[in-house]
Amino acid sequence: MGLTEALTKTRSRFSNRIRNLLGKRDPNLLSEIEALLIQSDIGVFASEQLTNALERSSPSEYYQQLEKELTHLLNLKNEETQDQKPPVVELYVGVNGVGKTTTIGKRGYMLIKGGEKVLFASGDTYRTGALQQLRQWAEEIGADVIESHYGADPASVAYDGVDAALARDVDYLLIDTAGRLHTKRNLMEEMKKIKRVLSNKRQDLPQETILVIDATTGQNALQQAKSFNDAIGLSGVTLAKLDGTAKGGIAIAIVKELGIPVKFLGIGESREDLIPFIADDFIKALFE
Amino acid sequence: MFENLTEGIKNIAKSFRGRGKLKESDAKRGMQDIRRALLEADVNLQVAKNFVSEVEKEAINRKIYESFSPAEMITKIVGEKLIGLLGEMEPLKLSGQPASILLVGLQGSGKTTTAIKLANLLRKQGRKPYLIPADVKRPAAFEQLRDLAKREELPYFEKRLDDEVNLCKQALTQSVIRRYDTLIFDTAGRLHIDREMIDQVKKIKSAVKPSEVLLVADSMTGQDAVNIAGAFDKEIDLTGIILTKMDGDARGGAALSMREVTGKPIKFIGTGEKSSDLELLQPERLATRILGMGDIKTLQEKAEKVIEKEQAEEFQKKIKEAKLDLEDFLNQIKQLKRMGPIEDLVEMLPGGQDLKKLMDEKQLVQTEAIIQSMTPEERRNTKMLNASRKRRIAAGSGTSVQDINQLIKEYNMVKKLMKQMMGRGPSTLPPFFR
Ligand SMILES: Nc1nc2c(ncn2[C@@H]2O[C@H](COP(=O)(O)OP(=O)(O)OP(=O)(O)O)[C@@H](O)[C@H]2O)c(=O)[nH]1
Ligand SMILES: [Mg+2]
Repeated sequence: MGLTEALTKTRSRFSNRIRNLLGKRDPNLLSEIEALLIQSDIGVFASEQLTNALERSSPSEYYQQLEKELTHLLNLKNEETQDQKPPVVELYVGVNGVGKTTTIGKRGYMLIKGGEKVLFASGDTYRTGALQQLRQWAEEIGADVIESHYGADPASVAYDGVDAALARDVDYLLIDTAGRLHTKRNLMEEMKKIKRVLSNKRQDLPQETILVIDATTGQNALQQAKSFNDAIGLSGVTLAKLDGTAKGGIAIAIVKELGIPVKFLGIGESREDLIPFIADDFIKALFE
Repeated sequence: MFENLTEGIKNIAKSFRGRGKLKESDAKRGMQDIRRALLEADVNLQVAKNFVSEVEKEAINRKIYESFSPAEMITKIVGEKLIGLLGEMEPLKLSGQPASILLVGLQGSGKTTTAIKLANLLRKQGRKPYLIPADVKRPAAFEQLRDLAKREELPYFEKRLDDEVNLCKQALTQSVIRRYDTLIFDTAGRLHIDREMIDQVKKIKSAVKPSEVLLVADSMTGQDAVNIAGAFDKEIDLTGIILTKMDGDARGGAALSMREVTGKPIKFIGTGEKSSDLELLQPERLATRILGMGDIKTLQEKAEKVIEKEQAEEFQKKIKEAKLDLEDFLNQIKQLKRMGPIEDLVEMLPGGQDLKKLMDEKQLVQTEAIIQSMTPEERRNTKMLNASRKRRIAAGSGTSVQDINQLIKEYNMVKKLMKQMMGRGPSTLPPFFR
């Protein structure tokens, strides 16, 4: 499923409304556009800013202007990582139930399809069923997985993961972590330790630290991004569950406030349902 | 832009105070601020609009413009209104032999954890709960519930079937044989727009005839809450809502949205990952939280759990005798900082934002430097700090007199706060609602 196709399904209502609005010469046009932005979870502050920026344009240009503005915003320089030294380690973090493990399963599939050799390590040694869940994903997509056990120190799982990745000569090591609220100090410390152990192992590890965000989340996602970024430094965001009716506008707020790029979008529960984030497509799908 | 409604209300109050009387334009601006605060808390736009217009109407009906303290009136009306909308505490309705509870919701909303918590709670109340792992979809969902149930020594339906409807039917039969009186069905997470999956859950519902159909929803949900709750309610007629992950710092405005769109009560809130972390909804607490107001009551109860009793008593004695000197103050801040769980609570206090700032690492270093540059006598009695002493301390600690004034102000505030918290222990609502 292409991005536009996947997103249009959920966006159509939104975009139809914008288009309907644009047809009218309504004095409240701007405040209606603002309302649409707010309803997509961009946040009241960012929505007001985006709308205020339109004030100088004529109504017929509103759409183009908004599109331009958002493109500019979302098109962060993606420092593309061409010559990364294998194994490329990707660490997935986030609050409970957002879709970390599923994202790893789907990401693994994406990589394997591209001919890469993939290893999973489960740093979620806390939640019951978590290890089996990742193992089942590994089996389904043909990834390797290193064994760990409940109660094990997640940092040592990460450590073993790198050792195994080097020994087995894999291209990618994807590390799952237990869901944790960003307000839990001790769990954030644990997160830091995982990161520390990785970079002690080899300075460039992990190459990616990805925060998974549930597209249904409101303003708190910004707080999540801030806290995780402060604690361990994020290289990107994945927006999961975009196949619902939520618009995922909070991602725009995150990019705007923190400058962290969105890397992937989750659009379902099957292995194909992860797609790279492309700003132009995302915005087109937002309005088309 | 303000962080929460406390700030917003302060702003409105300021504009009142300046004039002594509220102009209609000020009222409008005030309402705009309240609307924004609600939106920041993830209350749905339409719900927020309705809320604000009703508050405005009521405010005018109550002749707020003539009132002695209009700001207080508005805040009171806002608070009351919100509490009213959030509804009463409502217990579970458990009828039928056996009684059944059906848990539904989106993926990752917290159904499984909630199922265990409910079973635990019901067992404590003398019932015989039976857990049904009806999520046949997500990898290892069965294992998750099974292992949790084992850990809590709760009985669960052990058979594994591919068809969720069939599984639920068989579990029902099984429960009758085994004489369980309360069934808890943990269903697979599903999107409210997934036709096929929604039809499935409808079938489950008509097979097990639950007396409770509860939507388990994440307290961090944004604007989409109205669509989600609205669709589930329309399709399977909910009896209530459980709001999860309330131990985070989401303001929980989705609660109001869901309540408004479904008219169904919020029966429980989930406040942690442990099996005992399930609480009845306390509307006034949730209201204070959505509005971003300090909630002393929640704080006190939680603090009691966390702080060792003796430590609290000792500290209390000190406060009562007003012996909390600056050194104690510094230790307290350090301690608060160390006690991870408490730090989360600090924000719930009135003035908690300020206190949180104090716990910032850099700030702490500075605070320490200032206090160390004081004589023991000065630390005990900040009143003796005249201008020349302050200048000396500033020079000694590499700070400015303003920094010292700021610290003293904060120290006094914290002293007052702690006195409130520990000394008298107000069991009433925060001043805001009185
Ligand atoms: N519809 C939909 N569901 C998703 C998507 N991504 C994940 N899910 C579902 O969301 C639920 C939670 O996903 P997990 O991958 O277990 O989430 P997690 O973050 O690993 O959860 P914890 O480890 O418990 O914190 C599962 O039922 C997934 O199938 C998505 O893009 N769309
Ligand atoms: Mg997981």
